[in-house]
Amino acid sequence: MSNLPGDLRYTKSHEWVRALPDGSVEIGITDHAQNALGDLVFVEVPESGRQVAAGDPFAVVESVKAASDVYSPVSGEVLAGNDALATQPELVNQEPYGQGWIARIRPSSAASIESLLDAAQYQEHLVSEA
Amino acid sequence: MRTREPVIFELSRPGRTAAAQQPAPAEAVIPGHLRRRQPPMLPEVSELQAVRHFTRLSQMNFSIDTHFYPLGSCTMKYNPKACNAYAMLPEFLGRHPLAPDSTGQGFLECMFELQDMLKAVTGMKAVSLTPMAGAQGEFAGVAMIRAYHRARGDLSRDEIIVPEAAHGTNPATATMCGMKVREIPCRDDGDVDIEALRTVVGPQTAGIMLTNPSTLGVFERRIMDIKRIVDNAGGLLYYDGANLNAILGKVRPGDMGFDVIHMNLHKTFSTPHGGGGPGSGAVGVAERLRPFLPVPVVGREEGRYRWLDERDLPQTIGRLSGFMGNAGVLLRAYVYMRVLGWEGMRRVAEYSALNANYLMSRLRAAGFDAAYPDRRASHEFILTLKRQARERGVTAMDFAKRLLDYGYHAPTTYFPLLVPECLLIEPTETEAKEELDGFVAAMAAIKEEAETDAAKVKGAPYTTPVRRLDDVRAAKQLDLTWKSAAA
Repeated sequence: MSNLPGDLRYTKSHEWVRALPDGSVEIGITDHAQNALGDLVFVEVPESGRQVAAGDPFAVVESVKAASDVYSPVSGEVLAGNDALATQPELVNQEPYGQGWIARIRPSSAASIESLLDAAQYQEHLVSEA
Repeated sequence: MRTREPVIFELSRPGRTAAAQQPAPAEAVIPGHLRRRQPPMLPEVSELQAVRHFTRLSQMNFSIDTHFYPLGSCTMKYNPKACNAYAMLPEFLGRHPLAPDSTGQGFLECMFELQDMLKAVTGMKAVSLTPMAGAQGEFAGVAMIRAYHRARGDLSRDEIIVPEAAHGTNPATATMCGMKVREIPCRDDGDVDIEALRTVVGPQTAGIMLTNPSTLGVFERRIMDIKRIVDNAGGLLYYDGANLNAILGKVRPGDMGFDVIHMNLHKTFSTPHGGGGPGSGAVGVAERLRPFLPVPVVGREEGRYRWLDERDLPQTIGRLSGFMGNAGVLLRAYVYMRVLGWEGMRRVAEYSALNANYLMSRLRAAGFDAAYPDRRASHEFILTLKRQARERGVTAMDFAKRLLDYGYHAPTTYFPLLVPECLLIEPTETEAKEELDGFVAAMAAIKEEAETDAAKVKGAPYTTPVRRLDDVRAAKQLDLTWKSAAA
């Protein structure tokens, strides 16, 4: 079964969110998502400074099977995209919750990640989708 | 089978040549200072070497003339040789696209009649043949929707609704036309989620792009409700003609209330489309979009045919190509439609649906899972190999590769994205029952192998010129140029 760290928040569209000590959040796609997509060959990350709304497509992941939008779980300002993915998209496959992060965002509301799924709820969602 | 055919440059030897390769001397017409000093780097081979090289390459290929080719959503039907023969008549081939209309009345008449036939079969009010491919047809369609709203001063409509089952080209087209894409989900039975549609329509809605039957291989049953909801919100309906084969002569998009449709003549009307083209994405429109059609369009005045251009359609979205689209492709489609006639077109729809449903029932009986078991297939259907992947570790891709060893081109794999481990299978109307039975037998044999010797399936293909390719590396490290060993 998928690897689901307990300290992260999740979305039904298979993104994860990590709260960082400075109030910003790190975002990536889940182990389940990378596994379903297969080996990634291209990742487009958002530019820093961009304003995004929760639910907006803000990055693209492309594998040999499919290209998919990645949706921002929160509203806020993009602080950084993970530029390493330009040359090493495979980091998302290898370490979806680590080196394979996609972007860091400063949320416009600190409470916004509280409404996202926790690991148990996301696990339930995966089971219901299977 | 030969396992590797050298690149033709590897066969090249200095000075070897074929008379057929020698161009006529051009000294008389090209001034000296414009002539190249070095000969071009063309391969130097004999005529026989060239013939064998290309014949061998063609023999390594899977093609509709050699193999069953059930590539879902691509409508890989047989291309009758007669259509080719008529389109290759010297009078058509020799006609210059800039020749005056008066010298090409026969060609223009064919194109005028093609426009009329496409209007009749789709229920649309006007047709332009100029888009050069399906994607360009889609672009033309959404550009017309945009032009329509702008012409009315309705400038706030910047959203196109796209169901999640849509072809990937639909959101791409909307984005190309400067629109925002609003995706809506489908229900478990494959129909569009009407409640979700209600929540996204509004004064910002420019239109909806819909394929019916959808890419899930089922007919959208609530199409008239969709029409009413989008219409009430002031949006237009775009019909993606990718799956027109299923309804040809049976139901017309114009009667369903669509405002614009693109047709893939290279699918439904049987022009060749191996190797990526050339295609034709003719567009048809309802009355309110007629002024915006891409030009040129063929018109008839007092028994004479002529190209209508910007002077006749001042609100046109413009030109999509230097001339009038792919003339040779349009001619093939024209001959195909003339040969079929109205009754023949109905039979296309009936037999494509019959073949798909026959194949689906037989594959289900052989132990495969249909993705939408409660729905009748349109002209194509989806199997999901989720169970085989989970229980045996044998994926849709493994089945696809193994099918090559059995002499079948693989169905479409991993599309639509909604269905895990899927094969999208479209037999088309041109296959005989024996061919379909053979495919079922191959699928059943592979299923048996997956259960008893999964490694065999996972190692496939074994009989093709090259074995399983590393598609990740191929996507990341493109290597498309030949370099001589000496260089």
